[in-house]
Amino acid sequence: MMELVKNTKIDFMGLKKYAFAFSAALTILGLVGTVQVYRGKANLGIDLAGGTSMQLKFQKPVAMDEVRAILSKAGHAEATLQGVPGENILLIKLRAHGKAEEKMVAEPVINLLRQSLAGNPFVVESVSEIGPAIGHKLRQDAALALLVSALAIIVYLAWRFEFKFGVAAAIATFHDIFAMVGIFFLLGIEKDLLFITALLTIGGYSLTDTVVVFDRIRENIRLRKRATFSETINLSVNEVLSRTIVTSLTVFLATISLLLFGGIVLHNFALALAIGILIGTYSSIFVASPVIAMWRGEKMTEVKG
Amino acid sequence: MWKSISWRITLIAVLTAGSLIVLLPSLTDQLPAAWKDRMPKINLGLDLQGGVFLRLSVELDKAIENTILRYSDEARAVCREKGLPVLAYQKAGNDGFSLKFPPGDFAARAVALLKDEFPSLTVSLGEVKSDGATVTVSLKPQEIQAIRTNAVVQGVETIRNRIDQFGVREPQIIAEGEDRIVVQLPGVKDQQRAIELVGKTALLEFKLVDDGVSIEEALKGNVPEEDQVLYQKSVDPQTGRATKTPLVVKKRALLTGDTIKTAKVNFDSRQGGAHVSMSFDSRGAKVFDRVTAENVKRRLAIVLDDSIYSAPVIQERISGGEAQITGNFTPEEAADLAIVLRAGSLPAPVKVIQNVSIGPSLGLDSIQKGIRAAIIGALLVVIFMAVYYRFAGVVADFALVFNILFLLAGMAAFSATLTLPGIAGIILAIGMAVDSNVLIFERIREEIRAKKAVRAAIDAGYDKAFWTVVDSHVTTLITAVILFQFGTGPIKGFAVSLSMGVAINLFTALVCTKVVFDYLNAKKPMQALSI
Repeated sequence: MMELVKNTKIDFMGLKKYAFAFSAALTILGLVGTVQVYRGKANLGIDLAGGTSMQLKFQKPVAMDEVRAILSKAGHAEATLQGVPGENILLIKLRAHGKAEEKMVAEPVINLLRQSLAGNPFVVESVSEIGPAIGHKLRQDAALALLVSALAIIVYLAWRFEFKFGVAAAIATFHDIFAMVGIFFLLGIEKDLLFITALLTIGGYSLTDTVVVFDRIRENIRLRKRATFSETINLSVNEVLSRTIVTSLTVFLATISLLLFGGIVLHNFALALAIGILIGTYSSIFVASPVIAMWRGEKMTEVKG
Repeated sequence: MWKSISWRITLIAVLTAGSLIVLLPSLTDQLPAAWKDRMPKINLGLDLQGGVFLRLSVELDKAIENTILRYSDEARAVCREKGLPVLAYQKAGNDGFSLKFPPGDFAARAVALLKDEFPSLTVSLGEVKSDGATVTVSLKPQEIQAIRTNAVVQGVETIRNRIDQFGVREPQIIAEGEDRIVVQLPGVKDQQRAIELVGKTALLEFKLVDDGVSIEEALKGNVPEEDQVLYQKSVDPQTGRATKTPLVVKKRALLTGDTIKTAKVNFDSRQGGAHVSMSFDSRGAKVFDRVTAENVKRRLAIVLDDSIYSAPVIQERISGGEAQITGNFTPEEAADLAIVLRAGSLPAPVKVIQNVSIGPSLGLDSIQKGIRAAIIGALLVVIFMAVYYRFAGVVADFALVFNILFLLAGMAAFSATLTLPGIAGIILAIGMAVDSNVLIFERIREEIRAKKAVRAAIDAGYDKAFWTVVDSHVTTLITAVILFQFGTGPIKGFAVSLSMGVAINLFTALVCTKVVFDYLNAKKPMQALSI
């Protein structure tokens, strides 16, 4: 038998002080990030903020400074430019910055660049223009989606386990979501609709992890393997640790492949998933179970289901 | 025992055969037509095949304003005809106007007349003063509602008409909410052109040039009430410089584009340019005949969406019901103009509020990269499972292959749309798919460590892990369904492939793997399990 971890007896509950401190820091960071996202600040993708983005593929390498100068002169000093190494691809983003006027600027900008960079022809690979009203609506939809899924999860777990388990799992899930927002906020990586998708996906994934641990806790309470709830949690987490690590590893492998080979469009999405898997694994061990222990106390009352 | 095993193997075989039948037409073209054409296919999203997604906002207020302006013209004409002198005209809000009549019973007669002529208007007598009386006119609420609905419905129709003539395979044009239209044009290559074709109001008007007013005065703001300043844009073919020439024209259009029967492109062999010639229906021809007869030697401006295309001098009466629009058109511009003239104008202007255009090269690139990432990801997972769980891992890998096959076949069966995030969903589903087997195998390992016999250990492993597997799948499904509900196109694709992958996994991870172990045990009870 090949085993990554063998008969561990790690005192996870003993580490909960450090874990809570770490998680609290992540969550606060995430809350700040979330507020900024909702206000339309914090490096939002143009699908959430409104604005214009385009991907141009040039024949020859293109000097970013030159493009920046051209755009500045045309009144787009706030444009973000991003190159893709080795591919002569240039991503240009012009954010609407909450301007009420819904004006589409892609065509004039493209025409301007064609004229100014006549020596280096390019193909327009994609254009995306989103009016601020749509961006605002998508932000609201995303927030609503996150809330509804949290509610649905609490209800399902309350039905399968008990209310406190549902709430604890939801807390762990929200912890993950805030932590991801916080980390992306800190790194200054763009947050777009795909990022929101990654948040929900990681929410679902982390929940799976949490449910596996909860299942084992419920079983071990019934079997009365340990005297206290904390000890039962420790035992359960250790028992499923091998599974937790193996699963995280396989999902992580798939995500890394997406990150490395999936191309520029999916790059940030894959990065969010990869980071999220690490956080989700952490939270199912260090957040969900300790929360129940604190709430439920050390009583070994059986869990239904 | 054997009975249950053979039953399960038959089920898997039937599903596999069915999946291949459904799926193959989506993967290759080298199949007999009788097979290929009868099967639903996986659709490629716009992000994979390239194309244009537009969300348009219909300016309903403008539609209402246009309608009331038209009514005000007609109302004044009717009053004049019946000998009711209109002293003054004034716009009132967005959906009404007022007319002033001299003292006497003129105003009262006008109210009766207008009520009779225009049932969709509310007409009432306003202030009566010593110098005259006003009549206020406004659109009835139900009429306003009809205009709003019609603006969107008619807009969708007109855009569909234009797109059909432009030639796009499987376009999708649908109304969204009260004042939005969503247009999806998969596979369109000339994207800027398509966007302009969709978004153009294309209101064609013939207006007389008012030579009695000097341009200088008009540009200073001294424009007579019935006139307006419009610009004629022209591009010098030699230098490429664009110039704008102002002209003062009558506000009232003598004829509009809704009377056009056909429009086609003609090439001028002498000058090498293209122009659009159109012919009017009988009503239009009659009006055009009268207008040209009354205004010989005057200039008639041909105005499209408030910009003048040409303003030729009427040399003689034109009775044939034909007219031409000249300008320095490229063949494409002329072709597009002919299309919009044939398809008619939009009842209200539209504004593009969302435009996502993906070039075909990027779509192809995305597919290739996505598939490569999926294959590498799947291989990594497969190798890991085989190394870590040995024989059992190979069994899980075998289930994974079925998982992917059934997932793709399922997507084909539902004609689901595959998007780039959808491919990511498949990759993620692959990573998560083995989780069920990991859960089961870890359980089996625990049972074996507890010195259970192999067969009992396997059964116990599957038994005890069952509800955990179900729970973990349901939670993933909940989030996927919510994503589907709230997401837009590409993200819906992600939700679809992830949720289908997870649902199918429940079958493949539990049934497809168990049957292998059961089969081996039934042949000869296993003494040891390589896990």
